[in-house]
Amino acid sequence: MTHKFYNNLIVQSIFLMSVLIIVGLFIPNWLVFVITKAIAYGLVALGIVTLMRGGLVSFGQGFVFAIGGYTAGLLGTQAGLTDAVLLLFISFLFTGFVGLIFGPLLARYRDIFFAMLSLAFSMVLYGVLIKIDAIGGSDGFVLPESTYFGILPSSDYADYALYVVSIILTGIVSVLLRYYYNSTPGLIALAVRENELRVEYLGASAFRVTVLNFTIAAGLGGMGGALNGIALGHIDPEFSYWTTSGEFVFISILAGYLSVPAVFLAALLLELVRSFSGRYFPDTWQLILGVFLILSIIYIPTGIGSFFKKFMDKLNKKKNE
Amino acid sequence: MFDEILTIFLDGAIYASWLFIVALGLTFVFGVLKILNIAHGGIYALGAYSTATLVPIFYSLGMPEELVVLAMLFSALAVAIVITPIMERVILRRFYGQDEVLIVLVTYAIYLVLEDVQKIIWGMKSFYVSEPREILGAVEMGSLYYVGYDLALIGLAIFCGLALWLSLNKTKSGKIVLAVIHNPEISGCMGVNINKVYLAAFFVGAFFAALAGSFTAPLISVQVGISVAVVIESFAVVIIGGLGSIPGAVIGALIIGMARAACVHKLPEAEIFIMYLCMAGMLIFRPKGLFQGAQARKI
Repeated sequence: MTHKFYNNLIVQSIFLMSVLIIVGLFIPNWLVFVITKAIAYGLVALGIVTLMRGGLVSFGQGFVFAIGGYTAGLLGTQAGLTDAVLLLFISFLFTGFVGLIFGPLLARYRDIFFAMLSLAFSMVLYGVLIKIDAIGGSDGFVLPESTYFGILPSSDYADYALYVVSIILTGIVSVLLRYYYNSTPGLIALAVRENELRVEYLGASAFRVTVLNFTIAAGLGGMGGALNGIALGHIDPEFSYWTTSGEFVFISILAGYLSVPAVFLAALLLELVRSFSGRYFPDTWQLILGVFLILSIIYIPTGIGSFFKKFMDKLNKKKNE
Repeated sequence: MFDEILTIFLDGAIYASWLFIVALGLTFVFGVLKILNIAHGGIYALGAYSTATLVPIFYSLGMPEELVVLAMLFSALAVAIVITPIMERVILRRFYGQDEVLIVLVTYAIYLVLEDVQKIIWGMKSFYVSEPREILGAVEMGSLYYVGYDLALIGLAIFCGLALWLSLNKTKSGKIVLAVIHNPEISGCMGVNINKVYLAAFFVGAFFAALAGSFTAPLISVQVGISVAVVIESFAVVIIGGLGSIPGAVIGALIIGMARAACVHKLPEAEIFIMYLCMAGMLIFRPKGLFQGAQARKI
């Protein structure tokens, strides 16, 4: 990968970000909210995708999602810190740190055992959160309104302000992750996915790469949790429940591990299906979601990202000719 | 003191036997088909609902009270007969041989669908069928009184476990299933119809889930949301015992049942997460569970 690739990538991302920010001014408020929520879910799924590149799927990202959300919430209510950017950043760092602690423990497991152990951790956290009455127990608590660099936006623009922040954040994260995916540890992860033992024989540490991936995934999950909490203005133990984690896995499987933008597209797709079926078929939205899920796994087994990659490959081929 | 220990022991055993019947189906399906079935909880709920529907019909027909067990068995059987072809033949068979975690996600999707199917068929209201619980009367244990039906559940669990274990190890068709578990491809070459074995195994698993549902229905109020807890609890059991192991499911169910009963009596705050703690602890110290042998690594 050359400098030109990254220059292009950065220019493209800045372009896309500006388009989305301008578009945000003209679309209805509910759609702004849905996109912000999709970004929150997409960030967590991006963490799972990072793990997936190393051949692992976590069924317990609700664990970091909840930690991130509660970090932002508690800083807001207890410490009076309401700056959205700062909250997102601190949640990212803190859950990343948590990931660094749990990473070495989880990195020893593979396949279904990794999935189940991460699930167990998230459910332990769920059980604990439900029992701590000081932070609302099973009801959770309400977050104070967020400020942006010292400014408290009027209620008409609160959603939009968060939307802008999350778009910019996502742009930065996506570019950085592309750098990481193409770096040495990022590429070793792909090799671990193919054959871990051979990677070890070649002298690279699959364990270290997995811990690194897990830490990144945890940070992203925490940031997603904080963003989701701020967007909803409320947080509760459901953040850590296994059905929430299931949705993240769904997004990442739908997106596949080949493309970063595909993750956000998949997240948006899920949010749209959820809000439309929630609105028009309130009693059967799970049914619609389930059928949608099964069909997409049957017909796009490698994820939306594989379309993106095919398209880009074709484009590059044409250029070379 | 003695009473307290006996209470914890009996409560734990009753809870464990319920959990064991659910987990037995789950672990058997995983053993044969290599599918960790989240929708198992959904089948359990369907079993409970169908019992809640059939038992009042059974009484209204004026049948003798003692035979109500037959109605419960029949409802479990009906659920398994309806659900197996749809789930195994139509959906799951497309995913055989694929990544286990992907299949978990597929069963999660089926679970979501089943949740709403319950709401569509039975609505949001709660059902109570406590009549079958009274047929065995009360049993005196020292200074304690227990409902006979609850204690009979322990017997049912033992019967189910023994029946499955014996038919696997002592009959010809059971040995064929064991061969398929060991190596599906070679068994296929030897003339075993693997598709049939998978279908039968899934049927047995679904039947146990529905059976647990029908026999639990008299103890609880059957309502929306009963399946969600069962999923993770039965996961915890099979993870502790080792995926695909019947003795493992016994031990796993006993550990979780006793731990939970002890918590209910001694440390109620921990009741909700004790089983996840058991599961996490077991995975940390023995990741493959108590009863799973070494597996060769592929190079």
